This record gives sequence, structure tokens and C-alpha cells, in this order.
Amino acid sequence: MLSLTIFFPLAAGLLLLVPGVGPTAARWWWVVASAVEVALVAGLWWVYETPAEGSLAFDEQVPWIPGVDSSYHVGLDGLSLPLVAMTAVVFLACAVYSLRDDDRPRTQAALFLALEAVCLGLFAAADLILFFVFFDLSIVGMYVIIAGWGHGDRARSALTFFLYTFLGSLALLAGFIGLYLAADPHTFDMLELARQDPFAGRGTAGVVVLGAILLGLAVKTPTVPFHTWLPPAHTDAPAVGSAVLAGVLLKLGTYGFVRLGMALLPDAWRSWAWVVLVVGIVSVLWGALVALAQRDLKRMIAYTSVNHMGYVVLAVGAAGMVAADTAQARGVAVTGAVTQMVSHGLVTAALFLLAGLFLDRAGTYEIAEFGGLAARAPRTTVLFAVAAFASLGLPGLSGFIAEFQIFTGSIAAVPASALALLGILVIAGVLLWTLQRIFTGETRGRSGGFTDMRAHELWAVAPLLALSLAIGLVPRPLLDVIEPAATTVVAVLGR
Amino acid sequence: MAMRPLAMLPEILLFVGGLVCLLGGSFTPRRRQWTLRVVAAAALVAAVVAALAGASAGGTAFEGAFAVDVATTTARVVGAVATLLVLALAADEVAGDDRESETYALLLFATTGALVLAGARDLLVLLVGFFLASIPLYALVGLGRTARSAEAALKTYLVGALFGILMMLGVTLLYGVGGTTSYPELAGALAQAPVAVVGAGFVGVLAGLAFKAGSVPAHFWVPDAAQGSTGLTAAFVTTVPKVGAVVALYRLVVALPGPLDWGLLVGVLAVASMTLGNLAAYGQDDPRRLLGWSTVSQVGYLLVPVAVAGRSDLALPSMLLYLGAYAVTNIAAFAVTTAFPSVRDLGGYAGLVRARPGLAVGLVAVLLGLVGTPPTAVFVGKLTTATAAWDGGMPWLTVAVLVNSLASLFYYLRWVAPALRRDDPDDDLAAPRRWSAGVAASASAASVVLGLLAGLVWAGLGGPLSP
Repeated sequence: MLSLTIFFPLAAGLLLLVPGVGPTAARWWWVVASAVEVALVAGLWWVYETPAEGSLAFDEQVPWIPGVDSSYHVGLDGLSLPLVAMTAVVFLACAVYSLRDDDRPRTQAALFLALEAVCLGLFAAADLILFFVFFDLSIVGMYVIIAGWGHGDRARSALTFFLYTFLGSLALLAGFIGLYLAADPHTFDMLELARQDPFAGRGTAGVVVLGAILLGLAVKTPTVPFHTWLPPAHTDAPAVGSAVLAGVLLKLGTYGFVRLGMALLPDAWRSWAWVVLVVGIVSVLWGALVALAQRDLKRMIAYTSVNHMGYVVLAVGAAGMVAADTAQARGVAVTGAVTQMVSHGLVTAALFLLAGLFLDRAGTYEIAEFGGLAARAPRTTVLFAVAAFASLGLPGLSGFIAEFQIFTGSIAAVPASALALLGILVIAGVLLWTLQRIFTGETRGRSGGFTDMRAHELWAVAPLLALSLAIGLVPRPLLDVIEPAATTVVAVLGR
Repeated sequence: MAMRPLAMLPEILLFVGGLVCLLGGSFTPRRRQWTLRVVAAAALVAAVVAALAGASAGGTAFEGAFAVDVATTTARVVGAVATLLVLALAADEVAGDDRESETYALLLFATTGALVLAGARDLLVLLVGFFLASIPLYALVGLGRTARSAEAALKTYLVGALFGILMMLGVTLLYGVGGTTSYPELAGALAQAPVAVVGAGFVGVLAGLAFKAGSVPAHFWVPDAAQGSTGLTAAFVTTVPKVGAVVALYRLVVALPGPLDWGLLVGVLAVASMTLGNLAAYGQDDPRRLLGWSTVSQVGYLLVPVAVAGRSDLALPSMLLYLGAYAVTNIAAFAVTTAFPSVRDLGGYAGLVRARPGLAVGLVAVLLGLVGTPPTAVFVGKLTTATAAWDGGMPWLTVAVLVNSLASLFYYLRWVAPALRRDDPDDDLAAPRRWSAGVAASASAASVVLGLLAGLVWAGLGGPLSP
């Protein structure tokens, strides 16, 4: 069932390669396939029951390279299921958004469907090599999307993206090999590694291995100082590419922090925790301040991503600062981190799709070129405002739930985390100021000929924000899934 | 110990096939020389069948001078299949040419030589294999009959002569202090020999094998041969001799005893090879020259398991897997260049994805495969060799492999990027040669499938060298 869910988009994408599929058929096929995928994931969620500690729901395992004990092993738990669901939703939004896109729709649809399968596989992977396979394929897929469908200096941005993240993936691989060799018997299986905890009490070796893994994930997330590939990649990627890149692919990094770092190398994680914490705080502040200085709308959103991912890094860092009486607080921080991943996925995807409108209508992302858009484009204005508020963490929207938990948990565990609150302030300022510059006042600049959102654009963005609102108002169903897994992770760290 | 000549049936079949091509060529009219290609193909297929059939028998032949074990069998299958693919390229390049039958004969002889190298368990057999593999190579490289081809042939010959002499010198030294040329006996005989002489002898033999493998320090001929000779020769000389040489080196490192750390020396050469190959490939604009340098770096990765030979259980199977993976992937890449013979710079591939989407996807899969992107076969090879290096106590080799993989990405992308660009393609890209396109498609597909089925392949690569 889980494998079917993972590979259904790939199969749907391959069908598109049959010659003779027209552009309209391809676009609708993409939408239908993505919708079916969302239904499949919803089905999984419906029958999901929290698995016992040390096991996964929907566990499926087939040997792949028995010689090095690597297998096709997939399964879901409270950390991965919400991200799988978020992935399916974001990809559906992209499919709907592209309904009027004329640029080689057949190939584009096939590529996105394949990429969707890769991303789902990544979150479900329970084997390090399988994880790595999907990790690298996601890089290749995104490279082709930026280089093939981007604009501006896309070749260069795509190359930077590929080189940077490939560097990250190789660091990751080095760490995986270290884990494999430390385990006895040698294995790449995550569950088995978690059971063995091969680096327990082995000091530096574990610290070095986790260092390699952290480097890989830090590039992918990205955190300061490895974030420089992100803004150009976003600026030159197509709107749907940006939505997937920010909404889904960045989560691979932060998900890895929890799934690989905390769960497989708990001892070493405690040694690294303060570094992670500091990097998180710096990312939050740096991302916010640099976002403040941007004149390009898309770059500004890209830097808010650095800031938002910073909260997640901050939370997982704080969760590693083990003290006797803070287990509950640290559990809240990890829950907040996962919630933030989901929330940021939905909200940033919406923001990037909205930013795509500006390029489409006016050919530029320059904030200064716009003004008083509210009068011309009320629907765009409302949705952008909602997305901005969700992004800055207004209560009632998903960002608030996430950030509230992150800060409650982190500050209780490590009071110095409060420094990062400044980041929220600055980001709130940035977003409100941007709203003000683009949408209020006299209609001027390129706002003149701005056509408001069409139906397919509305139906792509609105559901994302509706989900954000739903999580903000009724967070319990989501938190019920995440909390047991977060508690388990924190318990492993405290051992 | 017995003669058991039938244990060498695959080599015999290839050699006889070569003779038939050579002699038959004199009697066959030029437009019907394709029949000899069929003969050569039949010899190769028969060799593969014989290799697989003889795999279970195992043991040694010619009184222990030639080993038949998992390494020999793998080298036989990989070498013969690779030559078969090269033969398909020949259908485009030399069909109807006045050197057609000679090309087939030389290919078969050189393949025989490479396989003899792979199975050699005796320094003299090693020498025979070296010359049998080398001499046809000089002729093959020179067959292009252009100025560049002549230059490449001369360079190959001079480098080959120099390193061949070093190899003979090494064999002489080892024989001189050991009193025997058989590997199993050398191990005991050299234990008391002067370390300096043994070291010099090993370095000499290593030099000869480095020439065959095209690794540092005997790599100078590789880029010239890849660029100057015909496409089929380029594909052949960068693939099949390497298979024989790498396996031969593995046997040598396992056979020779301490006190010197042969593995460390091989490891240093491996790092030098991958690094130099990568750095030199950066500036290349001719795809074949770029691939030539890329094969120098690939040999570096192939030498990694040799460096930890005997120290990690993963070393042998990972090396054999990587050899097979490398062979199909490398030939697929060269096949793309022979499919478009007139396109000799990377920019000429602009818009390939529009002109020939299938070939473009194959090319991208192959080039990313050479980088080590999953799920291709080279990825599994790289993963397992890197793991073997760390497992064998050389984590710095693992780091070198990973860092170099990253470095190599840059120049492979210089080829991927234009191929995926949506420019209007050149007319040159409109009509690829049929056989080459077929080889490119099937070999690139094989490089991915081999990766997905790596578990099955790996199971077949278990088993030790014959003692």
C-alpha cells in the first residue's frame, strides 16, 4: 500500500511519455494523478495507527543489496506521515497552478510526477542507502527543472544548486558509510541502527560521523553559512519549481536532522546540540535581516525560508541539550519543529506560487515596480496577506502553532533561545512592509495592467492556505500524530 | 597441478576467433567482410558461455599459472561483453573499410591478452598477457590514419615500451631474489629477500599494469588515444585493458607478502589518478578527450579496492561490480560520441534533447552515472568500494573518492547542460548512426538496470580468489 502510494506518481509520469499525449491531456492527467495521490495519502492517514517504538507503520522491506545489508525498506511514523501528506498537497497545488502553462507541459508533468515519487520515497525511506538514492534523485530532478524551465541566469543557478547540494549529499554518504561500519553486524537499515545505537559511548568517532551528516543536511536545509545557493536557485526557478524546492525539498534537510541525527546518533547529537542551536539562532536572525534588505520579492521569500528553517534547527538543537527536568519541554520543541516543517511547506509554497503571478503579469519581481495593487487585484491581495500572516506566525494560522511550540519548548530547555524571538519581529516587519509597499497606496508602476488571479491559480493557492488555517484552528489531529514520535525521539536522546 | 587447457577455453576461443578474422580477411571481398564481424561476435558470445559454464569448475590451469575463479570469470564476462559492444560500434565505423577484418582480429587478440592478465598467477604469464594486450593496442590506435591518430599511436607505443621494459625489469628482479615466478611460491620465497629489491620489483610490475590500466603515472597516452583514434578504439582501449590490469594488480597485491605496504602505494596512486584525471578533464571541449581524462579518474576509483585487497571482505566483490558497471557506462558514453561522429565539441550537443530525446536521456543517465548518482551501477560500485576502503583501514581513501566525485560533477555537467538545453539542434544531431545509437541506448539502460539489480549481481560475485 505504501509502495503503491510512493510509486503511483512515477507510473503516472511514465505513462505521459507515451507519444501522442496532447498538452491539455497531459496537464489534466497531472492534476488527476496528483489528486489521486492526495487521496491515497489521505487513505494512509485514515488507517494510520501510531506504531510501537522501534517500528514503523506500513512497514515494507525487500532486500536490495544483501551483500552490504541494504534493502528497499519503507515505513511511516509520526515524523514522516505529516511530511508525506504535505508533499502530496504541495504537488497537487503545483499541478493545478500549471493548468495554463504552455511550456512543454508533457515533459514538465512527467518530471514533476517523478519528483513527487522521489520526495515521497525519501520521507518514507527506512534504509540509509535508499534515503541517499532518493536524496540524490531529488537533486537531479530539481536541477533539470531549474535548468529546463527556469528564467534569468538559470544555467548558472542550476549548476550552483547541483554542486552545492551534491557536496551535501556526499558528506551525508560519508556519514552513512561510517554508521554502516560502526554497526555490528554491518547494516544500512535505520531501524536496526537505531536499535544498535552503534556509537553509544564511543565519543569522537560518533561526533565525526554526525559532523559529516550534519554538514550534508545543513547544506540541504539550508542553514547559515551554507545557504548561498538558495536565493539564486529560487530567483531563477519557475514558480512551481520554487514551490516544490522550498515547500518540500528543504524539508529533506530538517527531516534528516530528526530522523538521522537525533534518532541514530543520540550521543553525538548531545555533543553537537549547542552548535546546532547556535547555527539555528544565527540562521533565524541572519535570514530575517537579509530578507529585510531584499528588493526582489522572490529573494525576499527565499530568505524568509532561511529564517523559518532556522526555527526548526533551533528547536532540534535545543532538544539535544539534555537536562533531567526538561524532557517534556524538549518534546514540545520537536513537535513544534515537525509542525513548522508542515506549516512552512504549505505557506511558502503558496507564497512562491503567488510570487509567480508577478513574473507572469509584469515580468519582474522588483518590489519597487509595484504599488497599490489591492485596487487592481483584490484576490491576489487577500491571499498574499493571508500567506504573509501565516508566515509571520499570526495566531489562528499554522505558523503560530509551530512557532509557539518551538519557542515554548526551546526557551524552557535553553533560555538563550529567546534571542531568536528577535527574528520573528524582524520577519513580521519585513512581511508587513512588503505588503504595504506592493498592495497599498496609489496604483502605480506595473500594477497598472495586473490581471487578478485566474481560477486555476486561485484553486492552487487557496487550498494551501485553507489547510494552514485548518491546522491553526484545529491542530489536534496533526499533533496527535506527531507527538508520540517526538516523545520517542526525545526519550532516545535522554537515554 | 595439471595442464587442464580447457580451463582456458574462453581465451582460446577468442584467440582462434582472432586468427580466423585475420586469415579470413585475406580471402573475403571487402563488401562481405561483415561476415567476419559475425565470426568475431560468435567467438565473443561463445567465450561468455564458456566462461559461465567453466565458472563452477574453478581451480587453476597450466600447473597453477592461470587461475579460474570469480575474478577471472567476471573479467571474462565483462571483457567479452564490452568487446561485443565495441564490435557493434565497429559496424558504423569500419564497415566496408579496407582494415575491417584486421580491426576485428586486433580487438579479439587484445581482449585475449586482457583476460590472460586477469587470470595470471605467474609473473611470466602476466608478461605474456601484457604483450598480447599491448601490441594489438598500438595497431588499433594507429588505425585511424589521421595525423592525430598517428601521434596517439606513437605516444601509446613509446609509453607502452617504456613501461613494458619496467615491467620486465620488475619481473626479473622478483624472479632473481625469489627464484620462482609463481605467485603462491613467491609469497614464501620473498619473505627473506631484501626488502629494497622486492620493492623495486613490485614497483616495476606495478608500472606495467598502470600503463594497461591507464592510471597515473602511465596515463599520458589515454587522452590522446581517446581523442585521436577511431571511436571504437577509444571505447575499447579505455575499457577492456583496464579490466585485465586491475584484476591482475589485485592478485599481485594479495599474493605478495609484507613488509612493505603495497596497498598504501596503490592507494596513493589511486588518489593521484582520480585527482589528476578530474583536474585535467575540466578544460576539455572535445567530448572524447574529456572522456579519456574521465577514464583516468575512474581508474583511480577502481584502484581503491585494490589498495585494501585482503583487508576487507568487500574489496573483491566491490571491485568486480565496479568493473562491470564502469565497462557498460563508459562504452555507452563513447557510443554517444560515435553516434554523432561530426560533433567534436561539447557545445555541438546543444539541443540534443529536442533532436533525440531518448539519446539525451541516455547520455545524462550515463554521465550522472559516472559521477556516481544513484541508482546507477557505478553508484553501487562507488558506494561499496568507498565502504571497503574505510573498512580496510583507509578512511582517507573514502574521503578522496567522495571529494573527487564532487569535483568530477562539474565537468560532466559541462556536457549534460548543453544536451538538455532547449536550443534548436544542429543538423549534425538529426541522424545518429544506427548501431552506435543502439549501443548507447542498451548500454545506458544496462548501467541503470545493473544498479537496480545490484543485489543479484553481488550474490554472484561472492567467493574467494583461488589460493
